[in-house]
Amino acid sequence: MLFRCGIFLPGTVLGLGLVVFSLSLVTFLAFRHNDGSLLGSGWTASNFLTILTDPLYARIALRSVMLAGLATLATVMAAYPVAYCIAVHGGRYRKLVLFLVTLPFWTSYLLRVFAWKIVLAYNGVLNSFLVGTGLLHEPSLAFLNTPAAVVVTLAHAYAPFAILPIYTALESMPSSLLEAAADLGARPLTAFRRIVLPYSFPGVLTAIMVVFIPTVGDYVTPALVGGPQSVMIGSLIEMQFGRANDWPFGAALSVAVMLVIAGLIALLRKTEAGKESRL
Amino acid sequence: MRLPVIPARQSSSSGILLWAYVFCYLVFLYLPICLIPLFSFNDSIQAAFPLKGFTFAWYRTLLHNEGVRNALFTSLKVGLTSAALATICGITIAYADVFIRNRFSKLLSFLVKLPILIPGVIIGIAMLIVANLVGIGPSAGAIICGHILLAMPATVMVMHARFAGISRSIPEAAEDLGAREWTLMRRILLPMAAPAMGSAFMLAFLTSFDEFIIAFFLTGSQPTLPVYIWGQLRFPRSLPIVMALGSVILAVSVVVAVLSELIRRRGQNA
Repeated sequence: MLFRCGIFLPGTVLGLGLVVFSLSLVTFLAFRHNDGSLLGSGWTASNFLTILTDPLYARIALRSVMLAGLATLATVMAAYPVAYCIAVHGGRYRKLVLFLVTLPFWTSYLLRVFAWKIVLAYNGVLNSFLVGTGLLHEPSLAFLNTPAAVVVTLAHAYAPFAILPIYTALESMPSSLLEAAADLGARPLTAFRRIVLPYSFPGVLTAIMVVFIPTVGDYVTPALVGGPQSVMIGSLIEMQFGRANDWPFGAALSVAVMLVIAGLIALLRKTEAGKESRL
Repeated sequence: MRLPVIPARQSSSSGILLWAYVFCYLVFLYLPICLIPLFSFNDSIQAAFPLKGFTFAWYRTLLHNEGVRNALFTSLKVGLTSAALATICGITIAYADVFIRNRFSKLLSFLVKLPILIPGVIIGIAMLIVANLVGIGPSAGAIICGHILLAMPATVMVMHARFAGISRSIPEAAEDLGAREWTLMRRILLPMAAPAMGSAFMLAFLTSFDEFIIAFFLTGSQPTLPVYIWGQLRFPRSLPIVMALGSVILAVSVVVAVLSELIRRRGQNA
Protein backbone atom coordinates (compact mmCIF):
# COMPACT_ATOMS: atom_id res chain seq x y z
CA MET A 1 0.00 0.00 0.00
CA LEU A 2 2.83 2.34 0.95
CA PHE A 3 4.51 1.39 -2.31
CA ARG A 4 1.40 2.28 -4.31
CA CYS A 5 1.20 5.68 -2.59
CA GLY A 6 4.84 6.30 -3.44
CA ILE A 7 4.25 5.35 -7.05
CA PHE A 8 1.33 7.72 -7.48
CA LEU A 9 2.79 10.60 -5.47
CA PRO A 10 5.11 12.23 -8.08
CA GLY A 11 2.53 11.95 -10.85
CA THR A 12 -0.21 13.39 -8.67
CA VAL A 13 1.93 16.33 -7.58
CA LEU A 14 2.90 17.05 -11.19
CA GLY A 15 -0.30 16.22 -13.03
CA LEU A 16 -2.87 17.64 -10.63
CA GLY A 17 -0.65 19.99 -8.63
CA LEU A 18 1.20 21.68 -11.46
CA VAL A 19 -0.56 21.06 -14.79
CA VAL A 20 -4.21 21.28 -13.75
CA PHE A 21 -3.67 23.90 -11.03
CA SER A 22 -1.56 26.27 -13.15
CA LEU A 23 -3.84 26.06 -16.19
CA SER A 24 -6.93 26.65 -14.00
CA LEU A 25 -5.16 29.64 -12.50
CA VAL A 26 -4.47 31.09 -15.95
CA THR A 27 -8.14 30.64 -16.88
CA PHE A 28 -9.24 32.18 -13.56
CA LEU A 29 -6.99 35.21 -14.09
CA ALA A 30 -8.35 35.68 -17.62
CA PHE A 31 -11.75 36.58 -16.16
CA ARG A 32 -10.44 39.19 -13.68
CA HIS A 33 -10.00 42.98 -13.77
CA ASN A 34 -6.44 44.24 -13.83
CA ASP A 35 -5.78 46.24 -10.66
CA GLY A 36 -2.06 45.61 -10.49
CA SER A 37 -2.38 42.86 -7.87
CA LEU A 38 -1.42 39.24 -8.55
CA LEU A 39 -4.92 37.81 -8.89
CA GLY A 40 -6.77 40.93 -10.06
CA SER A 41 -10.22 41.83 -8.75
CA GLY A 42 -13.88 41.26 -9.59
CA TRP A 43 -15.27 39.18 -12.46
CA THR A 44 -15.30 40.35 -16.06
CA ALA A 45 -15.38 39.12 -19.63
CA SER A 46 -13.94 42.38 -20.95
CA ASN A 47 -10.50 40.83 -21.63
CA PHE A 48 -12.08 38.44 -24.12
CA LEU A 49 -14.32 41.15 -25.58
CA THR A 50 -11.23 43.27 -26.29
CA ILE A 51 -9.56 40.36 -28.07
CA LEU A 52 -12.67 39.74 -30.17
CA THR A 53 -13.48 43.37 -31.04
CA ASP A 54 -10.16 45.23 -31.27
CA PRO A 55 -8.94 44.94 -34.89
CA LEU A 56 -5.30 45.14 -33.73
CA TYR A 57 -5.58 41.80 -31.91
CA ALA A 58 -7.53 40.21 -34.74
CA ARG A 59 -4.73 41.20 -37.11
CA ILE A 60 -1.98 39.79 -34.90
CA ALA A 61 -3.94 36.58 -34.25
CA LEU A 62 -4.58 36.13 -37.97
CA ARG A 63 -0.92 36.78 -38.73
CA SER A 64 0.19 34.22 -36.10
CA VAL A 65 -2.10 31.57 -37.54
CA MET A 66 -1.01 32.39 -41.12
CA LEU A 67 2.74 32.42 -40.44
CA ALA A 68 2.54 29.27 -38.30
CA GLY A 69 0.31 27.66 -40.97
CA LEU A 70 2.76 28.50 -43.76
CA ALA A 71 5.69 27.25 -41.68
CA THR A 72 3.78 24.04 -40.93
CA LEU A 73 2.95 23.52 -44.61
CA ALA A 74 6.57 24.10 -45.63
CA THR A 75 7.90 21.85 -42.87
CA VAL A 76 5.56 18.95 -43.59
CA MET A 77 6.00 19.11 -47.37
CA ALA A 78 9.79 19.27 -47.11
CA ALA A 79 9.84 16.47 -44.54
CA TYR A 80 7.54 14.04 -46.38
CA PRO A 81 10.04 12.79 -48.99
CA VAL A 82 12.69 12.38 -46.27
CA ALA A 83 10.37 10.31 -44.08
CA TYR A 84 9.28 8.26 -47.13
CA CYS A 85 12.87 7.65 -48.20
CA ILE A 86 13.96 6.51 -44.74
CA ALA A 87 10.92 4.24 -44.31
CA VAL A 88 10.94 2.65 -47.78
CA HIS A 89 14.56 2.82 -48.97
CA GLY A 90 16.27 3.16 -45.58
CA GLY A 91 17.57 -0.38 -45.23
CA ARG A 92 20.41 -0.62 -42.76
CA TYR A 93 21.02 3.13 -42.83
CA ARG A 94 17.55 3.76 -41.44
CA LYS A 95 18.61 4.35 -37.83
CA LEU A 96 21.61 6.46 -38.78
CA VAL A 97 19.68 8.85 -41.04
CA LEU A 98 16.84 9.06 -38.55
CA PHE A 99 19.32 9.99 -35.85
CA LEU A 100 21.01 12.61 -38.05
CA VAL A 101 17.64 14.19 -38.78
CA THR A 102 16.64 14.39 -35.12
CA LEU A 103 20.02 15.46 -33.72
CA PRO A 104 19.54 19.23 -34.30
CA PHE A 105 16.34 19.04 -32.25
CA TRP A 106 18.43 18.37 -29.14
CA THR A 107 20.57 21.47 -29.66
CA SER A 108 19.62 24.92 -28.48
CA TYR A 109 16.56 26.34 -30.25
CA LEU A 110 17.78 29.86 -29.48
CA LEU A 111 21.09 29.15 -31.25
CA ARG A 112 19.38 27.62 -34.28
CA VAL A 113 17.28 30.78 -34.70
CA PHE A 114 20.31 32.96 -34.06
CA ALA A 115 22.15 31.11 -36.84
CA TRP A 116 19.49 32.33 -39.30
CA LYS A 117 20.09 35.87 -38.14
CA ILE A 118 23.74 35.44 -39.18
CA VAL A 119 22.63 34.04 -42.54
CA LEU A 120 20.06 36.73 -43.36
CA ALA A 121 21.59 39.92 -41.88
CA TYR A 122 22.63 42.96 -43.97
CA ASN A 123 26.29 42.03 -43.63
CA GLY A 124 25.35 38.37 -43.26
CA VAL A 125 26.31 35.17 -45.03
CA LEU A 126 23.63 35.22 -47.74
CA ASN A 127 24.36 38.83 -48.69
CA SER A 128 28.13 38.38 -48.74
CA PHE A 129 27.63 35.28 -50.92
CA LEU A 130 25.32 37.07 -53.37
CA VAL A 131 27.54 40.16 -53.61
CA GLY A 132 30.69 38.05 -53.80
CA THR A 133 29.36 36.05 -56.76
CA GLY A 134 28.11 39.21 -58.48
CA LEU A 135 24.42 38.29 -58.31
CA LEU A 136 23.74 41.45 -56.29
CA HIS A 137 25.56 44.78 -56.57
CA GLU A 138 25.09 45.70 -52.95
CA PRO A 139 23.81 43.87 -49.84
CA SER A 140 20.03 43.64 -49.62
CA LEU A 141 17.91 44.54 -46.61
CA ALA A 142 15.09 42.38 -47.95
CA PHE A 143 16.01 39.16 -46.09
CA LEU A 144 16.08 39.88 -42.38
CA ASN A 145 13.12 41.30 -40.45
CA THR A 146 10.46 39.98 -42.82
CA PRO A 147 7.60 37.51 -42.33
CA ALA A 148 9.33 35.27 -44.90
CA ALA A 149 12.38 35.06 -42.63
CA VAL A 150 10.08 33.90 -39.81
CA VAL A 151 8.57 31.15 -41.99
CA VAL A 152 11.97 29.85 -43.17
CA THR A 153 13.45 29.91 -39.69
CA LEU A 154 10.45 28.14 -38.14
CA ALA A 155 10.46 25.52 -40.91
CA HIS A 156 14.14 24.87 -40.19
CA ALA A 157 13.77 24.77 -36.41
CA TYR A 158 10.84 22.33 -36.36
CA ALA A 159 11.94 19.99 -39.17
CA PRO A 160 12.45 16.87 -36.98
CA PHE A 161 8.97 17.25 -35.49
CA ALA A 162 7.45 16.55 -38.90
CA ILE A 163 9.69 13.71 -40.02
CA LEU A 164 9.21 11.37 -37.05
CA PRO A 165 5.39 10.95 -37.10
CA ILE A 166 5.27 10.53 -40.91
CA TYR A 167 8.11 8.01 -40.74
CA THR A 168 6.33 6.08 -37.98
CA ALA A 169 3.15 5.86 -40.07
CA LEU A 170 4.99 4.72 -43.22
CA GLU A 171 7.22 2.28 -41.40
CA SER A 172 4.23 0.07 -40.58
CA MET A 173 3.27 -0.12 -44.27
CA PRO A 174 4.04 -3.64 -45.56
CA SER A 175 6.19 -3.51 -48.70
CA SER A 176 4.03 -6.27 -50.17
CA LEU A 177 1.31 -3.65 -50.72
CA LEU A 178 3.49 -1.76 -53.19
CA GLU A 179 4.59 -5.00 -54.86
CA ALA A 180 0.99 -6.10 -55.25
CA ALA A 181 0.09 -2.74 -56.74
CA ALA A 182 2.94 -3.03 -59.24
CA ASP A 183 1.91 -6.60 -60.14
CA LEU A 184 -1.64 -5.41 -60.75
CA GLY A 185 -0.30 -2.82 -63.18
CA ALA A 186 -0.47 0.33 -61.10
CA ARG A 187 1.96 3.04 -62.17
CA PRO A 188 4.27 4.29 -59.40
CA LEU A 189 2.33 7.56 -59.16
CA THR A 190 -1.00 5.74 -58.86
CA ALA A 191 0.42 3.42 -56.22
CA PHE A 192 1.72 6.45 -54.31
CA ARG A 193 -1.61 8.25 -54.49
CA ARG A 194 -3.80 5.26 -53.67
CA ILE A 195 -1.60 3.42 -51.14
CA VAL A 196 1.26 5.46 -49.68
CA LEU A 197 -0.62 8.73 -49.15
CA PRO A 198 -3.62 7.20 -47.34
CA TYR A 199 -1.28 5.05 -45.26
CA SER A 200 0.75 8.06 -44.13
CA PHE A 201 -2.31 10.23 -43.50
CA PRO A 202 -2.46 9.81 -39.68
CA GLY A 203 1.26 10.60 -39.51
CA VAL A 204 0.78 13.74 -41.58
CA LEU A 205 -2.02 14.91 -39.28
CA THR A 206 0.18 14.34 -36.21
CA ALA A 207 3.02 16.20 -37.93
CA ILE A 208 0.74 19.16 -38.65
CA MET A 209 -0.29 19.23 -35.01
CA VAL A 210 3.16 19.00 -33.42
CA VAL A 211 4.62 21.65 -35.73
CA PHE A 212 1.71 24.09 -35.63
CA ILE A 213 1.30 24.14 -31.83
CA PRO A 214 4.76 25.37 -30.85
CA THR A 215 5.10 27.67 -33.87
CA VAL A 216 1.81 29.52 -33.35
CA GLY A 217 2.92 30.67 -29.90
CA ASP A 218 6.57 31.15 -30.75
CA TYR A 219 8.34 34.10 -29.19
CA VAL A 220 12.03 33.79 -30.09
CA THR A 221 11.82 33.64 -33.90
CA PRO A 222 9.61 36.70 -34.53
CA ALA A 223 11.70 38.66 -32.01
CA LEU A 224 15.06 37.72 -33.57
CA VAL A 225 14.42 37.57 -37.32
CA GLY A 226 10.87 38.90 -37.79
CA GLY A 227 11.10 42.66 -37.28
CA PRO A 228 8.06 44.86 -36.53
CA GLN A 229 6.09 43.42 -39.48
CA SER A 230 5.81 39.99 -37.87
CA VAL A 231 4.81 40.50 -34.25
CA MET A 232 3.00 37.29 -33.27
CA ILE A 233 0.69 36.32 -30.44
CA GLY A 234 3.59 34.96 -28.32
CA SER A 235 5.27 38.38 -28.28
CA LEU A 236 1.94 39.96 -27.36
CA ILE A 237 1.52 37.61 -24.38
CA GLU A 238 5.09 38.29 -23.27
CA MET A 239 4.41 42.04 -23.45
CA GLN A 240 1.39 41.77 -21.11
CA PHE A 241 3.55 40.10 -18.47
CA GLY A 242 6.40 42.55 -19.09
CA ARG A 243 6.13 46.19 -20.13
CA ALA A 244 2.33 46.44 -20.42
CA ASN A 245 1.91 44.79 -17.00
CA ASP A 246 -1.65 43.60 -17.66
CA TRP A 247 -1.54 40.00 -16.44
CA PRO A 248 -5.29 39.26 -16.75
CA PHE A 249 -5.25 40.32 -20.40
CA GLY A 250 -2.13 38.20 -21.02
CA ALA A 251 -3.91 35.26 -19.39
CA ALA A 252 -6.96 35.85 -21.63
CA LEU A 253 -4.70 35.83 -24.72
CA SER A 254 -3.17 32.54 -23.52
CA VAL A 255 -6.60 30.99 -23.03
CA ALA A 256 -7.56 32.14 -26.54
CA VAL A 257 -4.43 30.48 -28.00
CA MET A 258 -5.20 27.25 -26.13
CA LEU A 259 -8.79 27.32 -27.44
CA VAL A 260 -7.52 27.74 -31.03
CA ILE A 261 -5.17 24.78 -30.49
CA ALA A 262 -7.97 22.67 -28.97
CA GLY A 263 -10.14 23.55 -31.98
CA LEU A 264 -7.41 22.50 -34.38
CA ILE A 265 -6.90 19.20 -32.57
CA ALA A 266 -10.65 18.50 -32.67
CA LEU A 267 -10.70 19.31 -36.40
CA LEU A 268 -7.74 17.01 -37.13
CA ARG A 269 -9.30 14.19 -35.09
CA LYS A 270 -12.53 14.56 -37.05
CA THR A 271 -10.67 14.57 -40.38
CA GLU A 272 -8.86 11.42 -39.36
CA ALA A 273 -12.06 9.68 -38.27
CA GLY A 274 -13.80 10.69 -41.52
CA LYS A 275 -10.91 9.41 -43.58
CA GLU A 276 -10.89 6.07 -41.80
CA SER A 277 -14.61 5.48 -42.23
CA ARG A 278 -14.28 5.99 -45.98
CA LEU A 279 -11.45 3.47 -46.37
CA MET B 1 29.26 14.91 -43.43
CA ARG B 2 28.68 12.31 -46.13
CA LEU B 3 25.63 10.25 -46.66
CA PRO B 4 25.70 6.66 -47.81
CA VAL B 5 23.82 6.64 -51.11
CA ILE B 6 22.88 2.98 -51.20
CA PRO B 7 19.20 2.26 -51.77
CA ALA B 8 18.18 -0.83 -49.87
CA ARG B 9 15.94 -2.94 -52.04
CA GLN B 10 16.04 -1.69 -55.60
CA SER B 11 18.55 0.74 -57.05
CA SER B 12 15.83 2.48 -59.00
CA SER B 13 16.33 6.01 -60.29
CA SER B 14 13.60 7.28 -57.98
CA GLY B 15 15.50 5.87 -55.00
CA ILE B 16 18.68 7.71 -56.00
CA LEU B 17 16.71 10.92 -56.52
CA LEU B 18 15.17 10.52 -53.07
CA TRP B 19 18.56 9.98 -51.43
CA ALA B 20 19.88 13.08 -53.20
CA TYR B 21 16.95 15.01 -51.75
CA VAL B 22 17.64 13.63 -48.26
CA PHE B 23 21.26 14.75 -48.64
CA CYS B 24 20.21 18.31 -49.61
CA TYR B 25 17.75 18.33 -46.72
CA LEU B 26 20.50 17.41 -44.24
CA VAL B 27 22.70 20.16 -45.68
CA PHE B 28 19.84 22.65 -45.18
CA LEU B 29 19.43 21.33 -41.63
CA TYR B 30 23.09 21.51 -40.61
CA LEU B 31 24.59 24.36 -42.66
CA PRO B 32 23.16 27.29 -40.64
CA ILE B 33 24.12 25.60 -37.36
CA CYS B 34 27.70 25.01 -38.58
CA LEU B 35 28.13 28.75 -39.11
CA ILE B 36 28.21 29.36 -35.35
CA PRO B 37 31.38 27.34 -34.65
CA LEU B 38 32.88 28.62 -37.92
CA PHE B 39 32.56 32.28 -36.96
CA SER B 40 33.57 31.62 -33.35
CA PHE B 41 37.12 31.05 -34.65
CA ASN B 42 36.99 34.09 -36.97
CA ASP B 43 39.19 37.05 -36.09
CA SER B 44 36.50 39.69 -36.59
CA ILE B 45 33.57 41.23 -34.71
CA GLN B 46 31.30 40.76 -37.71
CA ALA B 47 29.85 37.43 -38.80
CA ALA B 48 30.46 37.82 -42.55
CA PHE B 49 32.47 36.27 -45.35
CA PRO B 50 35.31 36.37 -46.28
CA LEU B 51 36.80 34.98 -43.05
CA LYS B 52 39.47 37.24 -41.58
CA GLY B 53 41.76 34.81 -39.80
CA PHE B 54 41.89 32.06 -37.21
CA THR B 55 41.80 32.91 -33.51
CA PHE B 56 41.14 31.38 -30.10
CA ALA B 57 40.72 34.86 -28.62
CA TRP B 58 36.94 34.62 -28.14
CA TYR B 59 37.26 31.34 -26.27
CA ARG B 60 39.95 32.87 -24.04
CA THR B 61 37.65 35.81 -23.24
CA LEU B 62 34.91 33.30 -22.50
CA LEU B 63 37.03 31.47 -19.94
CA HIS B 64 37.57 34.61 -17.87
CA ASN B 65 33.99 35.90 -18.11
CA GLU B 66 32.29 35.77 -14.74
CA GLY B 67 28.77 36.26 -16.12
CA VAL B 68 29.17 33.17 -18.30
CA ARG B 69 30.54 31.13 -15.41
CA ASN B 70 27.62 32.03 -13.15
CA ALA B 71 25.09 31.34 -15.90
CA LEU B 72 26.72 27.97 -16.61
CA PHE B 73 26.53 27.09 -12.92
CA THR B 74 22.83 28.03 -12.79
CA SER B 75 22.10 26.03 -15.95
CA LEU B 76 23.87 22.95 -14.59
CA LYS B 77 22.08 23.22 -11.25
CA VAL B 78 18.67 23.64 -12.88
CA GLY B 79 19.37 20.99 -15.54
CA LEU B 80 20.62 18.26 -13.20
CA THR B 81 17.87 18.83 -10.60
CA SER B 82 15.01 18.95 -13.08
CA ALA B 83 16.40 15.95 -15.01
CA ALA B 84 16.67 13.87 -11.82
CA LEU B 85 13.13 14.76 -10.73
CA ALA B 86 11.68 14.33 -14.24
CA THR B 87 13.29 10.88 -14.49
CA ILE B 88 11.84 9.77 -11.13
CA CYS B 89 8.41 11.02 -12.19
CA GLY B 90 8.82 9.34 -15.58
CA ILE B 91 9.63 6.01 -13.92
CA THR B 92 6.70 6.08 -11.49
CA ILE B 93 4.12 7.34 -13.97
CA ALA B 94 5.19 4.86 -16.66
CA TYR B 95 5.26 2.04 -14.08
CA ALA B 96 1.71 2.82 -12.99
CA ASP B 97 0.59 3.09 -16.61
CA VAL B 98 2.12 -0.26 -17.65
CA PHE B 99 1.78 -2.49 -14.55
CA ILE B 100 -1.11 -1.05 -12.51
CA ARG B 101 -3.36 0.19 -15.32
CA ASN B 102 -6.28 1.74 -13.47
CA ARG B 103 -8.25 4.83 -14.40
CA PHE B 104 -6.14 7.11 -12.21
CA SER B 105 -2.83 6.01 -13.74
CA LYS B 106 -4.26 6.63 -17.21
CA LEU B 107 -5.46 10.09 -16.18
CA LEU B 108 -2.04 10.97 -14.78
CA SER B 109 -0.13 9.84 -17.84
CA PHE B 110 -2.55 11.89 -19.98
CA LEU B 111 -2.16 14.98 -17.79
CA VAL B 112 1.63 14.98 -17.71
CA LYS B 113 1.75 14.65 -21.50
CA LEU B 114 -0.45 17.74 -21.93
CA PRO B 115 2.49 20.20 -21.99
CA ILE B 116 3.32 18.96 -25.54
CA LEU B 117 0.10 20.63 -26.67
CA ILE B 118 0.84 23.98 -25.02
CA PRO B 119 3.24 26.58 -26.46
CA GLY B 120 6.24 27.35 -24.22
CA VAL B 121 5.19 30.96 -23.66
CA ILE B 122 1.98 29.81 -21.97
CA ILE B 123 3.79 27.25 -19.76
CA GLY B 124 6.14 30.08 -18.82
CA ILE B 125 3.44 32.54 -17.79
CA ALA B 126 1.44 29.82 -16.01
CA MET B 127 4.50 28.92 -13.92
CA LEU B 128 5.16 32.62 -13.30
CA ILE B 129 1.67 33.08 -11.85
CA VAL B 130 1.99 29.94 -9.70
CA ALA B 131 5.47 30.94 -8.49
CA ASN B 132 4.23 34.36 -7.45
CA LEU B 133 1.15 32.90 -5.76
CA VAL B 134 3.17 30.33 -3.80
CA GLY B 135 5.63 33.05 -2.85
CA ILE B 136 8.88 31.75 -4.33
CA GLY B 137 8.65 34.24 -7.21
CA PRO B 138 10.94 34.05 -10.25
CA SER B 139 13.80 31.82 -9.11
CA ALA B 140 15.83 28.71 -9.90
CA GLY B 141 13.16 26.61 -8.13
CA ALA B 142 10.46 27.98 -10.38
CA ILE B 143 12.55 27.27 -13.50
CA ILE B 144 13.10 23.70 -12.28
CA CYS B 145 9.31 23.18 -11.98
CA GLY B 146 8.78 24.53 -15.50
CA HIS B 147 11.52 22.35 -16.94
CA ILE B 148 10.15 19.22 -15.25
CA LEU B 149 6.80 19.87 -16.95
CA LEU B 150 8.53 20.33 -20.29
CA ALA B 151 10.67 17.18 -19.97
CA MET B 152 7.91 14.93 -18.55
CA PRO B 153 6.36 13.82 -21.85
CA ALA B 154 9.73 12.58 -23.13
CA THR B 155 10.77 10.78 -19.94
CA VAL B 156 7.35 9.13 -19.54
CA MET B 157 7.43 7.93 -23.16
CA VAL B 158 10.99 6.55 -22.93
CA MET B 159 10.21 4.69 -19.68
CA HIS B 160 6.84 3.52 -20.97
CA ALA B 161 8.46 2.02 -24.06
CA ARG B 162 11.00 0.18 -21.90
CA PHE B 163 8.51 -1.16 -19.33
CA ALA B 164 6.09 -2.22 -22.05
CA GLY B 165 8.92 -4.17 -23.69
CA ILE B 166 9.52 -6.32 -20.59
CA SER B 167 7.92 -9.72 -20.95
CA ARG B 168 4.92 -10.24 -18.67
CA SER B 169 6.27 -13.58 -17.48
CA ILE B 170 9.17 -11.94 -15.63
CA PRO B 171 7.11 -9.96 -13.07
CA GLU B 172 4.67 -12.89 -12.85
CA ALA B 173 7.49 -15.29 -11.99
CA ALA B 174 8.78 -12.89 -9.34
CA GLU B 175 5.31 -12.62 -7.80
CA ASP B 176 4.89 -16.40 -7.78
CA LEU B 177 8.15 -16.65 -5.89
CA GLY B 178 6.75 -14.25 -3.29
CA ALA B 179 8.38 -10.95 -4.27
CA ARG B 180 6.49 -7.86 -3.19
CA GLU B 181 5.95 -4.98 -5.62
CA TRP B 182 8.78 -2.94 -4.12
CA THR B 183 11.22 -5.86 -4.33
CA LEU B 184 10.11 -6.56 -7.89
CA MET B 185 10.72 -2.95 -8.83
CA ARG B 186 14.09 -2.62 -7.07
CA ARG B 187 15.59 -6.01 -7.93
CA ILE B 188 14.16 -6.66 -11.38
CA LEU B 189 12.42 -3.83 -13.22
CA LEU B 190 14.78 -0.96 -12.40
CA PRO B 191 17.97 -2.90 -13.26
CA MET B 192 16.35 -4.02 -16.52
CA ALA B 193 15.32 -0.46 -17.31
CA ALA B 194 18.62 1.16 -16.27
CA PRO B 195 19.68 2.16 -19.81
CA ALA B 196 16.27 3.72 -20.45
CA MET B 197 16.59 5.64 -17.18
CA GLY B 198 19.98 6.99 -18.27
CA SER B 199 18.56 7.93 -21.64
CA ALA B 200 15.53 9.66 -20.09
CA PHE B 201 17.77 11.56 -17.68
CA MET B 202 19.98 12.83 -20.49
CA LEU B 203 17.08 13.89 -22.68
CA ALA B 204 15.53 15.74 -19.74
CA PHE B 205 18.86 17.40 -18.99
CA LEU B 206 19.22 18.54 -22.61
CA THR B 207 15.66 19.85 -22.67
CA SER B 208 16.41 21.96 -19.62
CA PHE B 209 19.95 22.99 -20.64
CA ASP B 210 18.75 24.34 -24.02
CA GLU B 211 15.41 25.77 -22.89
CA PHE B 212 14.91 29.51 -23.23
CA ILE B 213 11.36 30.82 -23.01
CA ILE B 214 10.26 29.32 -19.67
CA ALA B 215 13.56 30.30 -18.03
CA PHE B 216 13.16 33.77 -19.57
CA PHE B 217 9.91 34.35 -17.65
CA LEU B 218 11.12 32.74 -14.42
CA THR B 219 14.67 34.06 -14.15
CA GLY B 220 15.22 36.02 -10.97
CA SER B 221 18.71 37.27 -10.28
CA GLN B 222 20.52 34.25 -11.79
CA PRO B 223 20.05 33.78 -15.56
CA THR B 224 20.53 30.38 -17.16
CA LEU B 225 22.89 30.16 -20.15
CA PRO B 226 20.25 30.67 -22.87
CA VAL B 227 18.78 33.65 -20.97
CA TYR B 228 22.29 35.07 -20.56
CA ILE B 229 22.89 34.66 -24.32
CA TRP B 230 19.60 36.38 -25.08
CA GLY B 231 20.74 39.35 -22.99
CA GLN B 232 24.05 39.52 -24.85
CA LEU B 233 22.44 39.39 -28.33
CA ARG B 234 21.59 43.10 -28.04
CA PHE B 235 25.26 44.08 -28.06
CA PRO B 236 26.98 43.63 -31.44
CA ARG B 237 30.33 43.81 -29.63
CA SER B 238 29.69 40.59 -27.69
CA LEU B 239 28.60 38.69 -30.83
CA PRO B 240 31.83 36.66 -31.22
CA ILE B 241 31.79 35.67 -27.54
CA VAL B 242 28.17 34.56 -27.94
CA MET B 243 29.26 32.40 -30.88
CA ALA B 244 32.10 30.86 -28.89
CA LEU B 245 29.69 30.14 -26.05
CA GLY B 246 27.13 28.84 -28.55
CA SER B 247 29.70 26.47 -30.06
CA VAL B 248 30.52 25.04 -26.63
CA ILE B 249 26.79 24.55 -25.90
CA LEU B 250 26.26 22.91 -29.32
CA ALA B 251 29.19 20.57 -28.69
CA VAL B 252 27.89 19.58 -25.24
CA SER B 253 24.36 19.04 -26.61
CA VAL B 254 25.58 16.86 -29.47
CA VAL B 255 27.78 14.75 -27.19
CA VAL B 256 24.96 14.21 -24.66
CA ALA B 257 22.43 13.41 -27.42
CA VAL B 258 24.79 10.87 -29.04
CA LEU B 259 25.55 9.25 -25.67
CA SER B 260 21.85 9.07 -24.85
CA GLU B 261 21.12 7.39 -28.20
CA LEU B 262 23.96 4.88 -27.75
CA ILE B 263 22.79 4.00 -24.23
CA ARG B 264 19.20 3.58 -25.45
CA ARG B 265 20.28 1.24 -28.27
CA ARG B 266 22.39 -0.83 -25.92
CA GLY B 267 19.38 -1.17 -23.67
CA GLN B 268 17.25 -2.40 -26.58
CA ASN B 269 19.76 -5.00 -27.70
CA ALA B 270 20.31 -6.36 -24.19
